[in-house]
Amino acid sequence: MSTATAPSADLRAPPARDPAWLGRVFWAGAGLVLLWPLLVATEFRPWTLFEASNLKVTAQFLASFLPPAHSAEFLAMVARETWRTVAIATAGMTLALLLAWPLTLLSTRVLSVSALSGRMARGPFWLRQALRWGLIVLRSVPELVWALVFVRVVGLGPTAGVLAIALTYGGMLGKVYGEILESGETHATETLLRNGSSRLQAFFYGLLPQNAGELTSYTVYRWECAIRSSVVLGFVGAGGLGQQMDNSMKMFHGGEVLTMLAVFVALVALADHVSAQLRKVLA
Amino acid sequence: MKLELRGLAACHPAARAGALALQPLDLQVASGEQLAVIGPSGAGKTTLLQAMACALPPRSGVLRLDGQDPWALPRHELQRLRGRLFLAPQVPPLPPRQRVVTSVLAGRLPAMDLLASLRSLFYPQDIPAAHDALQRFDLADKLFERVDRLSGGERQRVGLARALLAPASLWLVDEPLSALDPTRAQQALATLLRQARERGVTLVATLHQVDAALANFPRIVGLREGVLVFDLPVAEVGRERLARLYAQHEHELQTDAAALPEEQVPQPSAPVVMHCR
Repeated sequence: MSTATAPSADLRAPPARDPAWLGRVFWAGAGLVLLWPLLVATEFRPWTLFEASNLKVTAQFLASFLPPAHSAEFLAMVARETWRTVAIATAGMTLALLLAWPLTLLSTRVLSVSALSGRMARGPFWLRQALRWGLIVLRSVPELVWALVFVRVVGLGPTAGVLAIALTYGGMLGKVYGEILESGETHATETLLRNGSSRLQAFFYGLLPQNAGELTSYTVYRWECAIRSSVVLGFVGAGGLGQQMDNSMKMFHGGEVLTMLAVFVALVALADHVSAQLRKVLA
Repeated sequence: MKLELRGLAACHPAARAGALALQPLDLQVASGEQLAVIGPSGAGKTTLLQAMACALPPRSGVLRLDGQDPWALPRHELQRLRGRLFLAPQVPPLPPRQRVVTSVLAGRLPAMDLLASLRSLFYPQDIPAAHDALQRFDLADKLFERVDRLSGGERQRVGLARALLAPASLWLVDEPLSALDPTRAQQALATLLRQARERGVTLVATLHQVDAALANFPRIVGLREGVLVFDLPVAEVGRERLARLYAQHEHELQTDAAALPEEQVPQPSAPVVMHCR
């Protein structure tokens, strides 16, 4: 800036206010107005928590947690059920993978031969679209609902949990695998297809090595989610730690609930740790 | 493989409708012929190669490979035909986590069934063949290296070595030398040409290095703005024609005075024009 322009800069008055201010106030106000009906609809009244009668109930409930149950017999049962929870999650994930992979391979656009040279042909396009919708349906039914259905069909026990996780997670994995495969670099796969490889060959020699790290990392993360989820599924009778926790709660055995909660927290922390380590190795 | 393009026009799939990257052109390449396509950036060299590789359907006109119109074939027949040609893109198509041996053997996939290709993932099926192909590009020691440990030039040569494994009778090579230093470039090009000749493979290469094209290829095709400017035996490509082909793109014309017989005095090189692309 030259000295000639300096005096004219001095003449200009400083801006009276931030020009973005009005917009910010408006959008903050609009957000609050939109939030209000939601709070009414959900009957959100947190202060009832602190009314004297409710405080007393809470205190009694929490007091019953102490001391935590720790008889050898009970601990053995908790260990067995914890193991069962891990088993439900792992078996459910395995089934989910068996479900997700064929659907992913059939629905991913990267492996389309007709899309190599312009638009995808109509038949394959609608097949892929239909499979995608199928995956979305599988995924959008919560595993809790699947579990309730399967508890009716196959009875109380871990089988219902395994099947519930398999269906919901199959849809989830299939959809996300598809997204990972399509968002990554597709040059290698495309070139293989252009040079006359079959779709599966192009998948194993191009697409899979290109995305293996991300796919495995997501799978491990989902396994961790499945462990957390299988505990919740236990509450509707699908076996494992959750079912025992539900029983103890209904029997007002607070000490047992506390022990199992502690084990649950430790289990989730362990799964979290293992999954983080695995993903770090794979990254 | 014999190539025949008649009135073939093509446009890039990402281009807006109507913008032809390749104006209608006629071209015939006999079986076993070796042909270099030169021209400034954006001339349509890659589009021409992709049209020849059945990767881009023509906008108009006909492509014939061994007398057959590939776009009239049912899709699985077309895919089988694609297995008989090899298109090497300029950027080597190698997944970073793959090992070099797997990447090279991937060239053979069209000739393998699914079971064999899966077995080859667990234990490479033809290590000697992969080693031999790499050795010709001076990369034998990288056989079991991972692709992401290689330099750009090494990756490009791995991409070229794949051609030697492909069950193809037509090689379409896009800018094979773009990441190579002059010595390596000459070596790689010589290997491609010799191997193509020994196997009777038709070779079409786009080249940015005009002197390399003139020194190695018997037939040169000049493209500019999607139009075929000339298609001549190398002896008839004069400096005049090259200058016209690269007008306003002089900085891309890296010719060697030695490569041009009719050149008397090496003129001072034209000032480098900076283009914003």
